Amino acid sequence: MNRRSIKLSVFVALAGLAVACAAQAQKKEAAAPNKKAAASATKDAVTAEFEKFREVMEDASPAELFEARGEALWKAKRGPRNASLEQCDLGLGPGVLKGAYVRMPRYFADADQVMDVERRIVHCMVTLQGFKAEDLAKQPFSSLSRTPDPVLLVTYVAGQSRGMRIAVPQKHPKEREIFGIGREIYNFRAGPWDFSCATCHGEDGKRIRTQELPNFTSKEQAIRAFQGWPGYRMTGGLMHTLQWRLNDCFRQQRFPEPGYVSETLTALLTYMGANANGHVYKGPGIKR
Amino acid sequence: MKLFEASNLGAAALAIVLSAHAGDDRAKAVEMMKRDFHAKGIAGMDRLNEDGLQALCNRTHNQPPREIAERMERDQIEAIKYPADGKIMGDWKSGERIAQNGRGMSWGDGGAGASGGSCYNCHRIGPNETSFGTLGNSLFQFGKTRGSGPEIQKYVYGRIYNAKAFSLCSHMPRFGHSGTLTEQQIKDLVALLLDPDSPVNK
Repeated sequence: MNRRSIKLSVFVALAGLAVACAAQAQKKEAAAPNKKAAASATKDAVTAEFEKFREVMEDASPAELFEARGEALWKAKRGPRNASLEQCDLGLGPGVLKGAYVRMPRYFADADQVMDVERRIVHCMVTLQGFKAEDLAKQPFSSLSRTPDPVLLVTYVAGQSRGMRIAVPQKHPKEREIFGIGREIYNFRAGPWDFSCATCHGEDGKRIRTQELPNFTSKEQAIRAFQGWPGYRMTGGLMHTLQWRLNDCFRQQRFPEPGYVSETLTALLTYMGANANGHVYKGPGIKR
Repeated sequence: MKLFEASNLGAAALAIVLSAHAGDDRAKAVEMMKRDFHAKGIAGMDRLNEDGLQALCNRTHNQPPREIAERMERDQIEAIKYPADGKIMGDWKSGERIAQNGRGMSWGDGGAGASGGSCYNCHRIGPNETSFGTLGNSLFQFGKTRGSGPEIQKYVYGRIYNAKAFSLCSHMPRFGHSGTLTEQQIKDLVALLLDPDSPVNK
């Protein structure tokens, strides 16, 4: 077995263990009804167990497998123009990947707009390789049968910022403008259930069911919306980027669907990212 | 939009004036969303249009001036449709299933009749469900501490039908007003919270 397949076996074993722990905890909870304190203590224990599990996993993360696939894709000559992405400029110059992920979204003069990482990579796939944007937008999220190319590429690029400080730029007027727009989108209540992003992500220490919710307005908590993405999600066992996460939030917000790599999502990612500035990014991670 | 008559348009207009400073970014944000979103399943683009209440809450950071809030709350209360037969307590067992069900109104959901109340997403309710959210307050032993008479039944029914009638910019959806839950479903949720036989009150 090579290093990667060992990692995968460790991962599968740990995943089984985590499921068993959770099931055990559920049983314990069911056996102690009517005891509010006992129930919440157990629930906190389950959360703590997952946190420990995640720490172990981050040493042998399945996300690395996706990074490797993304690296091969980045360097391969592909598309109608038979070109690689090695000349793609992610803001620090053509082909410079180190630190690019933690400095996005940012303003790009060649496109005269602010772009987040996935939007920029799609832009490069279109301009350098000749792919069609509408084709890339058709099935942009991972499924059991396929992990889309942009997901692999974003995961690779994100891995090149592992251990670096988040520094989403706010110097260019368009960067500041889109931050302000992102804040308004975050606060915009509408739809049949009157939800905005802030409904769930506006206070510290809240949960939906057992899922803890990061508060994007808090300097300490905003990092939790950035950290761990792109993420290997235990539910379903799929690799996802923040494009997927925001899309699924809007579904649960009972809104219509935002376009893939649309400006609206760049605006939200700018607001969320700049609020997390200064924290160290740990690289692609694991999500529940 | 029946609920929002002339007085509310005035209120919304006043609120717009109150927060003109954030208006530029907000106008750009709304314009951007209308450009970038598309209808999917049952979730149409009309959902991006704020109604009067949403507009007021959005423009005042959920802290509308008291007198405007009170007037709009009154409008919301008057629009609550109570059961015609006067019976408000339904079946708590059915209520528990509705409280567990987190579906409804999203682009992944079907049409009428398929919705639940998503109650456990935000509230602790029955003692046997330990996977509950904390965005809302705990409702465990709700009836035990408050009784189950006609007054409290009417209050709980109204609160589920339209939480905004009691707190204008509440986080809680308006489950009756929005057509998410049927009259019978709301009755069953009332029973879940108030029926002395419901595990919530054991």
